[in-house]
Amino acid sequence: MIATLPPAESWLERFPLLVRDWITGHLPESLGWLAVSLLAIVVILAAFGLLFAYLTLAERKILGRIQNRPGPNRTGWFGLLQPFADGIKAVTKEDVVPREADAVLHFLAPVLLVAMSLLGLAVIPFGRHLLAANLEAGVLYFFAAGAATELAVFMAGWASHNKYSLLAAMRALAQLISYELPLLLSVVPVVMLAGSLSTTHIVDAQGGWTFGWIPHWHVLTPWGFAGFVMFMIAALAESNRSPFDLPEAESELIAGHLTEYSGFKYALFFMAEYFGMCGLSAMAVTLFLGGWQAPCAFLEFIPSYVWFTAKLLTLLLGFIWIRATLPRLRMDQLTRLAWKFLVPLTLLNLANAAFWSLSAGWSGPMHWVRWAIALTVVVGPFLLLGRALTAGVAPRTYRYA
Amino acid sequence: MLGSGILQGLAVTAKNFLGSYHDPARYTTVEYPEVKQQLPEAFRNFPFLVTENATDPMGTLRCVACQICEKECPPQCIFIEKSKDKKPDANGKLQIYPVVFAIDTSVCMSCQICVEVCPFDAIKMDQVYEIATTDRFDALLLNREQLAKPNEYFHQIHPTEAAEVDARLAADRKAAEEKAKAAAAAKAALPAKPAPAPVAKPAVVPPPTAPQSPGPAA
Repeated sequence: MIATLPPAESWLERFPLLVRDWITGHLPESLGWLAVSLLAIVVILAAFGLLFAYLTLAERKILGRIQNRPGPNRTGWFGLLQPFADGIKAVTKEDVVPREADAVLHFLAPVLLVAMSLLGLAVIPFGRHLLAANLEAGVLYFFAAGAATELAVFMAGWASHNKYSLLAAMRALAQLISYELPLLLSVVPVVMLAGSLSTTHIVDAQGGWTFGWIPHWHVLTPWGFAGFVMFMIAALAESNRSPFDLPEAESELIAGHLTEYSGFKYALFFMAEYFGMCGLSAMAVTLFLGGWQAPCAFLEFIPSYVWFTAKLLTLLLGFIWIRATLPRLRMDQLTRLAWKFLVPLTLLNLANAAFWSLSAGWSGPMHWVRWAIALTVVVGPFLLLGRALTAGVAPRTYRYA
Repeated sequence: MLGSGILQGLAVTAKNFLGSYHDPARYTTVEYPEVKQQLPEAFRNFPFLVTENATDPMGTLRCVACQICEKECPPQCIFIEKSKDKKPDANGKLQIYPVVFAIDTSVCMSCQICVEVCPFDAIKMDQVYEIATTDRFDALLLNREQLAKPNEYFHQIHPTEAAEVDARLAADRKAAEEKAKAAAAAKAALPAKPAPAPVAKPAVVPPPTAPQSPGPAA
């Protein structure tokens, strides 16, 4: 029966809508629109709250395994209750506010940070029919909300009245200015080719398959792949994750902007970091990995939200894997990577995408020429720029006494 | 190429992650309270008193309350009170025994000097490490009942040293017996009065050989 229906109308695909309609059906007509919006907010909060809880556990488990130890395994079965134990601990801890701190800003910073990290999730299409707010300029809205999180970090650093916090806040701002540019520039080609700032349109533009099994995702084009990699590097920096966790830098700044935070406010910062990571990963899935589209035509019977979740989790595991591998960058290395490497490459990528867009009509042998030119524009500058920047610096030689 | 080092690093961590599920060399953690590591034989921590017979620990302490260890102990954590009377030890010989033998484990630094100075092999190093208590005064002051552990336990934790000690004690006892026998023979050759010593001697012989049969074999 499922096979006969178009995939967009299958029972599984429409299941969230059916549940929503069942719940709103109990309410009077006039309250329906409010209930639909509130329901979307509640579902996003609950789903990402739970994802946050188990992402912390997964991160600790995976980091443990990579470091030859089991990770948390005492609370509940395989440590599955650990996030809740941590939550109870965070809530019951004393909340210390320094006497010299600006009490209002000190309180507002974590609240604003969580709120801003959650705002971006509103425009992510989690499935064919799952989108909280279908904005015309959804991509723009997402990055505007994302940039505001750094403001909250600066607020936290300034309000704490602590030298470590303030240093961390300065670093956070420097990082924001450095990485906002490559982040946005790597997104521009996608917007250019899809011809829209709306996330639904961008996902629709990536629909369909060649031969039924090669998806038309942006990541499978030369400019899309380069853009995806650079987007993920910039996303790592934007979400303050290792190796770009300079604002937090335990070894230098105690805990950076978190130094003067304790108890549940600290947990809020932690939550915001993971929400930001989830948001940027979800955006990367939407922009480059085909959103909720299935990778092959015959796999379309699996509901779209399952595909989206699978892609999202893959990227999140990638974040954790990178954290387990790379040491933290120095401040000058961080800005150097952004200004001297990522920004020129994203600009070139923009030109490459323009070429790709203009050569869309090429066919026959010209199709191969198109691929060759696009690949050269990606690989050539990468190699040349990489060699020029690392000359005299890498590979490093170490001498041991 | 730029970035190749990062890819190599990612491969290393991925190998470690996957290896931790099947390769014991990549997953070395011992989950302590459930699984305990095999201690090396040379590991030592806190002294204990050796008894010959586990069924009667207080009656068969090797310690004769000579108080050498008490005097030698650098942090002064041993307290011994001598008995006024004498009791037969494991060999049946009448000996002074410790009425009180206490070690303050909060003070003891496991230096092993008490073991080195003991002429009777009566105090040896233990292998205990789960010694946390809820009371930091009385619970850490171990009395002789808590300190006494049978010779079989000594064989379990330090087999080489215990075998060597048992062999030496057996040899000493044999030498003493032969010396006593020779003395008795010399005395019997002379027209002398029967000494009280040979009367006590026959009682000496059987008990030590019975519990110590595993010792000299090793």
